Amino acid sequence: MVLAIKLSFLLLLTLFSSFANYGFSLYEDQVGLMDWRQQYLGKAKHALFHSSKSGRKRVVVSTEENVIASLDLRHGEIFWRHVLGPNDPIDGIEFVLGKYVVSLSSEGNFLRAWNLPDGQMAWESFLQGTSPSKSLLLVPKSLKANQETVILVFSRSCLHAVSSLDGEVIWKIDLTENSVEIQKIIQLHDSDIIYAVGFSSPTQLDQFQINVKSGELLKHQTATFSGGFSGELVSVSDDVLVTVDTARSNLVIINFKNGEIGILQSPIAPVIDEFSGLMEIVPSKLSGLLAVKVNSLLTLVRVKGEGELEVVDKIPGQATVSDALLVSENQHAAALAHHEGSHMHLTVKLIDNWSTSFIDENIVIDKQRGSVQKVFLNSYIRTDRSHGFRALLVMEDHSLLLVQQGEIVWSREDGLASIVNVVTSELPVEKKGVSIAKVENNLIEWLQGHLLKLKGTLMIASPEDVVAIQNMRLKSSDKSKMSRDHNGFRKLLIVLTKSGKLFALHSGDGRVVWSRLLQPFHKSKDCAPRWLNIYQWQDPHHRAMDENPSVLVVGRCGQSMDGPGLLSFVDTYTGKEISSSSQTHSIVKVIPLPFTDSTERRLHILIDAEGRAHLYPQTSEAIGILQSEFSNIYWYSVEADSGIIKGHALMRKCVDVVDDYCFESKDVWLIMLPSDSEKIIASATRKLNEVVHTQAKVVADQDVMYKYISKNLLFLATVAPKSSGEIGTTTPEDSWLVVYLIDIVNGRILHRMIHHGSTGPVHAVFSENWVVYHYFNLKAHRYEMSVVEIYDQSRADNIDVWKLIIGKHNLTTPISSYSRPEILAKSQSYFFTHSVKAISVTSTSKGITSKQLLIGTINDQILALDKRYLDPRRSINPSQAEREEGVIPLTDSLPIIPQTYVTHALQVEGLRGIMTIPAKLESTTLAFAYGVDLFFTRITPSRTYDSLTEDFSYALLLITIVALVIAIFATWVLSERKELQDKWK
Amino acid sequence: MRSQVFFLLLSLQLFFSLLTSSHAISSGSGDGYTIYGRVKIPSNTLKGFGLPGKTSNIKVILNGGQRVTFLRPDGYFSFYNVPAGTHLIEVAALGYFFSPVRVDVSARNPGKVQAAQTENRRVLSELVLEPLRDEEYYEVREPFNIMSVVKSPMGLMVGFMVIVVFLMPKLMENIDPEEMRRAQEEMRNQGVPTLSSLLPGAGRSS
Repeated sequence: MVLAIKLSFLLLLTLFSSFANYGFSLYEDQVGLMDWRQQYLGKAKHALFHSSKSGRKRVVVSTEENVIASLDLRHGEIFWRHVLGPNDPIDGIEFVLGKYVVSLSSEGNFLRAWNLPDGQMAWESFLQGTSPSKSLLLVPKSLKANQETVILVFSRSCLHAVSSLDGEVIWKIDLTENSVEIQKIIQLHDSDIIYAVGFSSPTQLDQFQINVKSGELLKHQTATFSGGFSGELVSVSDDVLVTVDTARSNLVIINFKNGEIGILQSPIAPVIDEFSGLMEIVPSKLSGLLAVKVNSLLTLVRVKGEGELEVVDKIPGQATVSDALLVSENQHAAALAHHEGSHMHLTVKLIDNWSTSFIDENIVIDKQRGSVQKVFLNSYIRTDRSHGFRALLVMEDHSLLLVQQGEIVWSREDGLASIVNVVTSELPVEKKGVSIAKVENNLIEWLQGHLLKLKGTLMIASPEDVVAIQNMRLKSSDKSKMSRDHNGFRKLLIVLTKSGKLFALHSGDGRVVWSRLLQPFHKSKDCAPRWLNIYQWQDPHHRAMDENPSVLVVGRCGQSMDGPGLLSFVDTYTGKEISSSSQTHSIVKVIPLPFTDSTERRLHILIDAEGRAHLYPQTSEAIGILQSEFSNIYWYSVEADSGIIKGHALMRKCVDVVDDYCFESKDVWLIMLPSDSEKIIASATRKLNEVVHTQAKVVADQDVMYKYISKNLLFLATVAPKSSGEIGTTTPEDSWLVVYLIDIVNGRILHRMIHHGSTGPVHAVFSENWVVYHYFNLKAHRYEMSVVEIYDQSRADNIDVWKLIIGKHNLTTPISSYSRPEILAKSQSYFFTHSVKAISVTSTSKGITSKQLLIGTINDQILALDKRYLDPRRSINPSQAEREEGVIPLTDSLPIIPQTYVTHALQVEGLRGIMTIPAKLESTTLAFAYGVDLFFTRITPSRTYDSLTEDFSYALLLITIVALVIAIFATWVLSERKELQDKWK
Repeated sequence: MRSQVFFLLLSLQLFFSLLTSSHAISSGSGDGYTIYGRVKIPSNTLKGFGLPGKTSNIKVILNGGQRVTFLRPDGYFSFYNVPAGTHLIEVAALGYFFSPVRVDVSARNPGKVQAAQTENRRVLSELVLEPLRDEEYYEVREPFNIMSVVKSPMGLMVGFMVIVVFLMPKLMENIDPEEMRRAQEEMRNQGVPTLSSLLPGAGRSS
């Protein structure tokens, strides 16, 4: 029997080990079980409505994240979307031929036409000019309906006419002469002549008349105006342009009656009471009206012939006006959105008759969306032949709303396309007595569910069953509950976006739990806040359990580094701002310290532009903690431009400032890299909260190696200044990549290595005692990844048992950065196929589970690559002992196994960062990737060895047990009977 | 080793470039050149990623993201105003594995393509990029067969029990009763260590 048990054990073991191939893979029906993806666009710059008679209504938007997308006008879903390159910003979009949308991008270099229904690029045109200039896109109204339209593009000081059918450049005129800066291209009354208008000097206006068909320059006229031009040139009607003079108190009206330039100056003061200060033109296209900002009031002025002005409307507060929309013959309407208290007031008025309004609605908009930034108006014909309007609003938090009949039809949180940084927060502990857990109604249903699952795993499920299984799995309310779970899978992801809005996303399904726009409370006349980063402030675990966790958001007024700093503390459960302060000192760097006070608030020091350190939280307790660790606080600064790395330490209390929490710093060390041969391009440090399970690493022949584990290591990569440009511009001969490992306490360079013939960009990740970095090898013209592992040699002789017995070991000597460590660095390089956008490493709660690298490739996918592939001990022929240990035979390139993409068949468009968060379950890492899209998943680098998988079949287990019990009874009965028979014999 | 291979590649490339010429690179009006190329996907393998049968979501990337362009309906793409030098072109297409391609744009002999796939060092006579292989992102579930049930841990347990229950008695039957008795006696003489005798104190109480 013992043998039998052993045998079955062995069988089981072999069975399990057959599953244990490296890594991570997914069945297709498991999609969405533990991962979610959200697709975003970014802050909309332009929007065009398209409604064909048949077909779906759509709106095409282009955004600040270089995205062009077609959205369903009814629901806001994405029909198609394209993310252009990172240095390819969109300048304008326009419809042509009713079937294409053309986009002008890269300062007018690229003109692309996209097929409206499916987003296929129809053609692409490269427009080359001479000198950089404003880029303008104009699709002239054609005289005949079916005529081939040309697209006029002014870019790089040249005017191009491009065929809308195939993107061929029909003609091109260079308008560089006299250094005219073209501001506007206008077409007069559907004629063949277009006017290009610009300034050649602050007082001279230039106008070119060009024939659209032939591209002939008909006339070049100039006119001077002594008052000088400043600011935007806005067209009020077909032949009237308006700008302001240099004094910014007069409007300058330019008209082109009969091809002649007429300039009129008319002061704004008479029509506006109490005019003081400056006037500013708001760029808009309101046929007949002009929007100006006077005394911070949006004022609409009607410009009549002969320079007469009439104020039509004055709107107090935050107000935005849309472009004019042709409603019916010669009737234009425009939308006006402004805030009144908690409501948003939206009116659509006729431009010729401003007192009548089509609609006048109050819309309740979440305060956290801020003010309206842009309005795009669209009209439709109602069933009763009257005009209906819908408006697309771009809000301060970059979200996109469609409003119709006083209601928000749909909204998109497009601010999430521009995430700055992410921190996580635990969810609240489940309260006693309140059971949120939904228990399955009864045993039969439970069993039925599991039987279904069993059918699924055995592949005998019918298609309806498969759908039912999928629904059952996705609906399991377990993952989206608002409480902490045993495994630590449920978290709040607190993200800070570029717009200064905080979102709390639930890790289960990615829904927004709360959001908070920080801007309104910090915006003032002399401070335009810019939010820089987010830090964990209070994370109650053991002590202070009844307090809610909170985060610290750090910002700065204005763009310059020495602007006053802003701090905001936000509760992560409710999203309420607990407190905020605007500082007198600037914030250059924030250093979270590894100490917490009695309420588990983390100590932070904020370094200002003068190199002083400011301690937060500002309590006497925090000072006490800091005083006791005063000599153990070090930080570094990298000045990439001058090639200087400096180490700093705290020195003493500030002398010239009366502030208990202010400390002066001193420079401890300085490394100056020769600027003519090395340029810093990348640096990496270990994550502060990383856990290392063991320092010892047992290698094949029962030997022990000690990892050199220090939190104070800095990885630095430099390249030759000549080759710091793009890949295509350098040769292998004059490029090299140097990597350093620097101890930031004493500035000692622990390791330095040169890769000849290699260049950046370098992406690096630092964990435990190793660094992995990705760079480009120009010689082989392939990407490479290298690993450097560092081991502590001074501890290597501790394995001698006699030393341990006698007590001559150095295990108890404290590790100090000042002692000179004996270090052994091992390194190896491999080819890697793809370009990399981001690189990260899995992290687990105890650090026992083996690690995987998460590599965000150029395809916007995330590859999970086992760290064992990047092991300097790999050799072509590993010994038997090494093989048993798991050393993989050396190959020249790293494998790309499609099943190990954690994003499976999805893409995280515009990928910028990958963040890993340890779950409570040791085997599991949570990974969150952000870019234009968001993606979240759970990764188990060594499979889920510590819990049953989702698709574990309880039904099969139950059936087996039942079968075994029945078998036992049956055999018992049989044996009884046999015994009886034997006795009768 | 690597550098040798590389040298071979270079010479190969030179050889090929002398033989074949194509209009993949042409000099532009400015200081740069234009790279024309084509992405070709075998039509019978187009799968349901993105839009079925469409190439609209395929991106072509120059030098690791320096420039990104899209495919025309016929699969052609172009990079304009590219300076002379050695460049890297990557194709981002979901569901396919493309090798990056190095393209040499030289000022000396414009109009000639010198392109090679970096993965397998295959020299391309024309800039036609084809996927090396399809990428399947999901594990394929094995279709139902009785063996998979038998092989599962539960199945093994049941199977083993069946063997013990039905085969062991058969085996016992085959043994000669005389021999059996002898063996039993032998065992008794040796004294089979039972659990009770192993436990301290258990032997005393019995």
